[in-house]
Amino acid sequence: MAKLVFLGRLEDRAGCAELAVTPGPLADVLASLDPALALDLLGERVRWALNGKLVGESEAMVLAEGDELAFLPPVSGG
Amino acid sequence: MTADVRLTDTAFDPAALLSAFTGRFGSAGGVVSFLGQVRGGDGVEALELRHYAPLTLPGMEALAATALGRWSLEGLLVLHRHGVMRPGDPIVLVAAAARHRRDAFAATDFVMDHLKSDSWFWKREKTAQGWRWIEPRSEDFADRARW
Repeated sequence: MAKLVFLGRLEDRAGCAELAVTPGPLADVLASLDPALALDLLGERVRWALNGKLVGESEAMVLAEGDELAFLPPVSGG
Repeated sequence: MTADVRLTDTAFDPAALLSAFTGRFGSAGGVVSFLGQVRGGDGVEALELRHYAPLTLPGMEALAATALGRWSLEGLLVLHRHGVMRPGDPIVLVAAAARHRRDAFAATDFVMDHLKSDSWFWKREKTAQGWRWIEPRSEDFADRARW
């Protein structure tokens, strides 16, 4: 399996902090989610990190077994 | 010189940390520190800071390294809490020791501006209406743009 991680307000949208998904094209993974959530994940202010490294937000990505893709909304720390 | 950068989920004692930090850098002419704590009032009962382990501490370490490269410092401490906190609880402590005060003031200010707007933390607060995620403020981006 692969794993999606939802940070900040995206956790509330997803209803969970992490979600195990079947590896494969990200477009297929997103299509299996609640459409409103998928739309939020694709929002222009949401950054992505694949296995702990920031990556470009591309639906052409293919998730491999064991991959972790994190969705990072705008930060608010300090 | 390397910075002391920490991410912790437990309460910390700013006075004790600052005392230990100052003691390590007797050669410094000045130490500037900033303590951020959970703001009281506004009906806030609790504040929670979330992080993402693969990014948050490495990002704080990179920020500290940038500050060390930019100003002449004897020492730098960057400590940030995550987890659930109450009004008055310490959240963040930044301290810079330098031969001359301007470097210490600037480095501390720089690190705080970037912790607020450019580090991997997500904040939510609890009031009588429940939990609510806090969006970044435009002032935070304006503060960061000063550098």
